[in-house]
Parts: sequence; structure tokens; C-alpha cells
Amino acid sequence: MSALAFVELDEGKVKKSSLEAVTYANAVAGDATAIVFGSMDDGQADLIGSAGASKVLHVTDEKLASPNIMAYASAIAEAMNGGYDQLILAKSSLGDPVSARVAIKTNAALAANVSEPLSGDVAKTSIYTGKAFANTKLNGNRKVISIKKNAVEIKTDGGSASVEAFSPTINNGDFKAKVTSTEKATGDVLLPEADIVVSGGRGLKGPENWGMIEELAKTLGAATACSKPVSDMDWRPHHEHVGQTGIKVSPTLYIAVGISGAIQHLAGVNSSKYIVVINKDLEAPFFKAADYGVVGDAFEVVPKLTEAIKAQQG
Amino acid sequence: MKILVCITHVPDTTSKIAFTDNSTKFDQTGVQYIIGPYDDYALARAVELKEATGGSISVLNVGEAETEPTLRKALAIGADDAIRVNAFPTDAFFVSKQIAKVAEEGGYDLILMGRESIDFNGGQVHGMVGELLGMPSMSPVMTLDIEGNTAKLTREIEGGKEFMEVKLPAVLGCQEPIAEWKIPNMRGIMSARTKPLSVVEPTGDAPATTVDNFELPPAKKGVTMVDAENMDELVNLLKNEAKVI
Repeated sequence: MSALAFVELDEGKVKKSSLEAVTYANAVAGDATAIVFGSMDDGQADLIGSAGASKVLHVTDEKLASPNIMAYASAIAEAMNGGYDQLILAKSSLGDPVSARVAIKTNAALAANVSEPLSGDVAKTSIYTGKAFANTKLNGNRKVISIKKNAVEIKTDGGSASVEAFSPTINNGDFKAKVTSTEKATGDVLLPEADIVVSGGRGLKGPENWGMIEELAKTLGAATACSKPVSDMDWRPHHEHVGQTGIKVSPTLYIAVGISGAIQHLAGVNSSKYIVVINKDLEAPFFKAADYGVVGDAFEVVPKLTEAIKAQQG
Repeated sequence: MKILVCITHVPDTTSKIAFTDNSTKFDQTGVQYIIGPYDDYALARAVELKEATGGSISVLNVGEAETEPTLRKALAIGADDAIRVNAFPTDAFFVSKQIAKVAEEGGYDLILMGRESIDFNGGQVHGMVGELLGMPSMSPVMTLDIEGNTAKLTREIEGGKEFMEVKLPAVLGCQEPIAEWKIPNMRGIMSARTKPLSVVEPTGDAPATTVDNFELPPAKKGVTMVDAENMDELVNLLKNEAKVI
């Protein structure tokens, strides 16, 4: 068995979720090869090596420098045909569509939202928006596995990875879609990548009060998020909205401030390892899903929590 | 323009999730079924596009006879005809094969569906259908306009969005705020009763995956309350008990 891991870059740096994919591939096959598109910053191949890959296939063709779902899928399928029977990738806006297309191209069985290492041919997949799991058997010899954040802990004691140029065939048919421009927050921790998420709800009363949420997030190195009503009212952008119809997150710590915890919101966060709920209403349903709860006025509690963390960090 | 909208027939978002038969079957007791919320956005945008530019909307579901009321609801919202592929939607691969066959025969310009179903959440079907048909596939699509044979759309990415131009025909997985959900009016409900609903038999493809059994997540052990005046204690618990900061 041999496994290929699709590694995504964010401005030249390997995404943490992709390092999880590398470690997962190593766990499945005893070794891993990573495939990377575009220019990497110095030291990135070492990170990939430490996470468990012994080889990096590096695609440097200018035509594939920026993400292209169809062309990346073709390239990855071509790489798999070079001797890999499994592809591991992290769930993302690029990984999801690529995985589906690669599965068809390579006749592989695909499991998505996989939340822990495989057991034989069986993947534990998260279903019903985090409310249940399916133990899903992948039929056939080839597998594509798309993992959720925190499916594995990233290895740091792997060896070094050799970098090999990989020049896939370019098919003109793969360029039927093009990105004309991109709008992206810079400098922030990306929500699906974050180990800690600080999320605000209607209880914060208005977008002008997000300063304390951002301050707490900054102190923790966390990403900020919000509930659906907050994004519906345009207090915060849609890509911060977690819940049934928004982003599903599975961080190690989710801190909910002024969010009552409607079932649709819980659906997006119930895979978090630990949940802290800060709400002035003891009856808020979110407390039932929480590990730690604080009943109090967010405008007093959040700054105090930030101060306490800072004091502890020294 | 000929639009195909693929819908799922899924439990309402407030449903209690439970399993029967030794955790091998979903427990349907007391569960209300709806059009998948993301599919509902796709359908709503299809209706708007048809209103603006003309054309037709076919709505498709892969499911057994019990899903017909859900297809009728889609007809009431504004689809012109419905197709049901008469099979249990075993997995994404199987469903994609069924959709691809219907799409090939129908010659659609645009194939819309939700970004994912809310039961299995795979988000794989649009990509698989696109690949099977040799068409571009994009998801999650937040806005969509058609100009000639090009779809101008925005796609959500981590931390933002990208603006794209995609050559038709294409397969798109949709999410809010692409359109507002449409509630069927009385005229729609009346006319839906007589709109054509055809039933076709599935292809012989075997699913690529099979579910051995289902599991519920372990129950939370209960909440530890911390006094609002004592944030040092919360920090202590997060650091030393949960070990997450």
C-alpha cells in the first residue's frame, strides 16, 4: 500500500490541515508522498517530512500555480497512476471538489468527513451534520479519503522529504473555469484551520462590539466566527458563519459568546473537543452541549477572560 | 436555458437522529422530510433564472416512492417537471451515476444542486457528476448569474470568496445567499398536482461504499459552571484539565 497526500499551500506556506493529511497518509501506509502545487517558502518541505512524508512531488508548471479544481484533479490522478492506491486530503474548498473528481478518474471509493484513522477498509465518517457517525466500508482497491480537522495529531518526528519535480500533462479541457479575482481576509487565522475558535452571537448587540471578541481571539491565536443571525444581519462576513448551513468546525476549543445554541448552530460546532459557553441566560440551550459554562454579561466576562489568559501567559 | 435541479429528501434540521436494527438503519419515527436546505437554495435560484431568461426546470431525486411528496413540493415552488430515479440513494458514487445518466439524456445547460446533503454531508456529488460528464463543477456557489454561455459566480473559500467565470454546461453546488428560499403559493401547489413526474429505473452501477453501521457521538459528561467573577478558574480548567490552551 502506498499513499499520496494532497498538500495545499496558503501564500507559500503549507496548511496545517494538509500536514494532518500527510500524517494520516503515513499512518495508513507506513509512509507518504506529498503532492504540492506552486511555489513553496523555504523550510516547507521539511515540515512535510516531519509530518511523515519521505517524498514531495512538486508541480511548478505556471499554468497550475493557482488553484484549479479540474486541472489539479487531473494532475493528482496522473500522480496516483504512478503507483499510489490511496489519496488522503484535508476537507477544504479546494480539497472537496478535487477529491470527488479524482475518485471518478481513478475508480477509487471515496469517504468524506473522516474523523479518525481507518480501521481496515472502514472509515468513520461524520454524518447528519456532526450528530452521528457512519462506519463506511470502502469497496475496491483504491481509496480517496477526505479528513476532518483533528482526525489525527500531526507527527513532528518524521524524517526529511526529498523533493522531486512532477510535470503532469496539461489538458486544455481543464481550463473551462477561471478565477477572475479573489477577496480574502489576510493575516487572520483561517476558521477551518484554527485550533481555537472564538464565536459571537446576537447577544453582542452589534458589529461595533466585536473588538473584544477579536481581542480574545488574538490573545489565544484563535479564529473568529459567528452565528447565522449575525452573518444574516451583515454584522460579520458569511465565511465566519458556523452552523448547519455554514461552516462546520472541529477545533480543540470553541468559545461561544452570546449564542443561545439553537440546534442548527450546534450542528456546526458539535465536533469541537471542548466547548465554553458564555451567556447571560442560564436557560440557554447551549449550556447542555458545553464543557464549561459562565453565566454573565459578555461585556464584563470576555475582557476579564482575556486579561486572565494574558496574565497566565505572562 | 434548460436547468436540471437535483434535490435530496432529508430529515428536517431539527430531527432527532437515532438508529434501529442494530444501528444499521436510520430511525424514521416521527421524522419530517424536507427538500435539502442547500438544494432549496439551488431551486430558488433556478426559478429566478427562469423568470429572467425563460427556459425550463426539471427537478430530479434519486429515491424510493416515499420521496414523491418532496418532488411535488419542488414542482409547487416552480419546477416544470420532475424525474425520480427509483432507487435508494446508497452512496455518492451511485447517486452521481444516476444523475449523470439523466443529465446526458436531457442535455441540460446548467445542473444545480446543494453544496451537500444534510444527511450524509459528503459534498461529493456535484464534483463526481461534473467529472462523469466532463463538465466543470464548482461549489460552494454563493451568487450566480448567466451571461450567454458563461456562468459568473462567486465561490466561498477559506477566509473569503473568489469570483469566477465558468463555461456552460456546468454543475454547481449552491449555498446561501444565492437566493431566498421560495415558499410555494396556492397556485403553485394546485399546478404541481398535474405537472409531469416520471419514474425511471436506475443504472446497474454498484455503490463504491457501504455503511456497516451507525454510531451516535458519546454523550457530553455535563457542564462545569464557573463563576463570572472567577475567570482565573476558567483559564486554570482550560489549561490544566482540558489542556487546550
